[in-house]
Amino acid sequence: MGLVAYGKSLAEAFANAAYGLFSLIVEPNKVKERESRKVTVQAQDAESLLFNWINELIYIFEVEHLLFKSFNITEFTGQSLEATCWGEKYDPSRHQLKTGVKSATYHMLKVDGEKNRVQVIFDV
Amino acid sequence: MPEKWTGKLEKVDDYRWRIPKSYKSGMRVDGLIYASEAMLDDIRQDRAAEQVANVAFLPGIIGYSLAMPDIHWGYGFPIGGVAAMRVSDGVISPGGVGFDINCGVRMLRTNLLEAEIHPKIKQLMDALYKNVPSGLGSEGKIRLRHGEIDQVLVKGARWAVEKGFGHREELETTEEYGEMAGADPSKVSGRAKERGVPQLGTLGSGNHFLEVAMVDQIYEKDTAKTMGIDQIGQVMLLVHCGSRGLGYQVADDYISVMVNFIKEHNIQLPDRQLAYAPLNSPQGQAYLAAMKCAANYAWANRQCITHWVRDSFCQVFGKSEKETGLELIYDVCHNIAKIEEHDLNGRKANLCVHRKGATRAFPAGHPDVPAKYARIGQPVFIPGDMGRLSYVLVGTEQAMKESFGSTCHGAGRVKSRAAAKRALTGQEVLKELESRGITIKTGNLKDLAEEASEAYKDITSVVNVAHNAGISRIVARTKPIGVVKG
Repeated sequence: MGLVAYGKSLAEAFANAAYGLFSLIVEPNKVKERESRKVTVQAQDAESLLFNWINELIYIFEVEHLLFKSFNITEFTGQSLEATCWGEKYDPSRHQLKTGVKSATYHMLKVDGEKNRVQVIFDV
Repeated sequence: MPEKWTGKLEKVDDYRWRIPKSYKSGMRVDGLIYASEAMLDDIRQDRAAEQVANVAFLPGIIGYSLAMPDIHWGYGFPIGGVAAMRVSDGVISPGGVGFDINCGVRMLRTNLLEAEIHPKIKQLMDALYKNVPSGLGSEGKIRLRHGEIDQVLVKGARWAVEKGFGHREELETTEEYGEMAGADPSKVSGRAKERGVPQLGTLGSGNHFLEVAMVDQIYEKDTAKTMGIDQIGQVMLLVHCGSRGLGYQVADDYISVMVNFIKEHNIQLPDRQLAYAPLNSPQGQAYLAAMKCAANYAWANRQCITHWVRDSFCQVFGKSEKETGLELIYDVCHNIAKIEEHDLNGRKANLCVHRKGATRAFPAGHPDVPAKYARIGQPVFIPGDMGRLSYVLVGTEQAMKESFGSTCHGAGRVKSRAAAKRALTGQEVLKELESRGITIKTGNLKDLAEEASEAYKDITSVVNVAHNAGISRIVARTKPIGVVKG
């Protein structure tokens, strides 16, 4: 299972990929923007940055049970990213979880800075 | 959809197909796929065979880049892949183990017959569902003291037994005795431990399950009897799960380490998910030590679950443990890398055998096979999909000679999970299974469709290839009565 995300900028494509990730986990319109988290990731290149970004969000969901639906990327260099992510704690009475995403993979992972397009396959 | 694979496959015999190393520049050895002619069409539907060829690029690979008959498209390595590397100058790749380190299967036998449990099957499934935490986001009932996770990572199943989950004899009948030596918790990140602590003793989600089954065929009576499989209709239990978030995080952490390694050394690979480090490098050694921790966690996990399964049977049927006769036949893992001794042209050599969606299948008399099974070989369990049959096999000398003591692990997907969901709804799958007398418990009906029988290859044709090729022998077959799907 994977996704292709586009944006007006590469940063926006990264934000949209994160939205795509959470839309696999839960119905996004059931998630309210109640709290935020600041997320910072770094990597040697843009592909690894995408891998780390996705896995950072999976980690936060698993440990803090936070479901996110909006992602404001405030700094983006291609090797680092800073974002404010909005969402809320998982509430079994309102959120039906769909797919368990174990991790992003490097398999067919692509970041295209010209087309502002990213592609990532998840292990589910 | 991935494009169809049109690469070269040379017929070796009815069950073996070779991808010659001339297929792609950079392959160090040939690829070899175990399959019947009838399976080739399915295999060519995606890029799994290309992945077999890609694995042949890895330094130190010996013999063949192998794929078992349940081969399907994975990430980097194909699922159903086996690759053995020389320890002296070879590499280790976290992608060759997979994210769910020591995902595996254990089978328990009972003294009960299907006819006896039939009237209470709903209560039994309810009790199993209640007692064994499952599903996405599920957390366990075990509360670890600060730092205790390190004990779990070192001792594995023994930790669980020492805490009162199950019996010491069960360690005897667990691969690696449930405790891989050389596990070093200092090589496991704080994040991995953080994910692992609340999830110990949980089934998880996806294709993980607990299955109550009954024996419906016995092919080798004496061999089956040695395992405690005595008669048709006898109730069995299968547990399929792995190392949960702890294992995924170990995989993530070390894939990043390996990706950096190949970048620093300017190594070109057909797929970055194959990223590796030499076994004799600090990175390779650290991964191996961390992977062993995750493997041990998975054995502790399955051991805790075994205890709650036993409790559930005792509660529902009002019997003592002894009366239920619930005993662990064996526990196998199917996502792992291990340093093993193998014969190479008449000389012993230490190899790092990656099994990603493949099961160890050691023969009778092998020193790593417990005394109980020394005469018959190591038991192997091949769960089918949710509505169909599962098989019990044993390892063979032939496996030792040609597949580094490995065989298949499951049915193998023919449909992606998303395609399976599009084809059938969870409700439809549930109805269909119930019409065949199978009780299902799940917290996630939507995901049930992912595991529909239609999504998988026919398990019988998979194990027949393994049997006919001689890399394991079919001993018995079970069919499901009830399933708790994670």
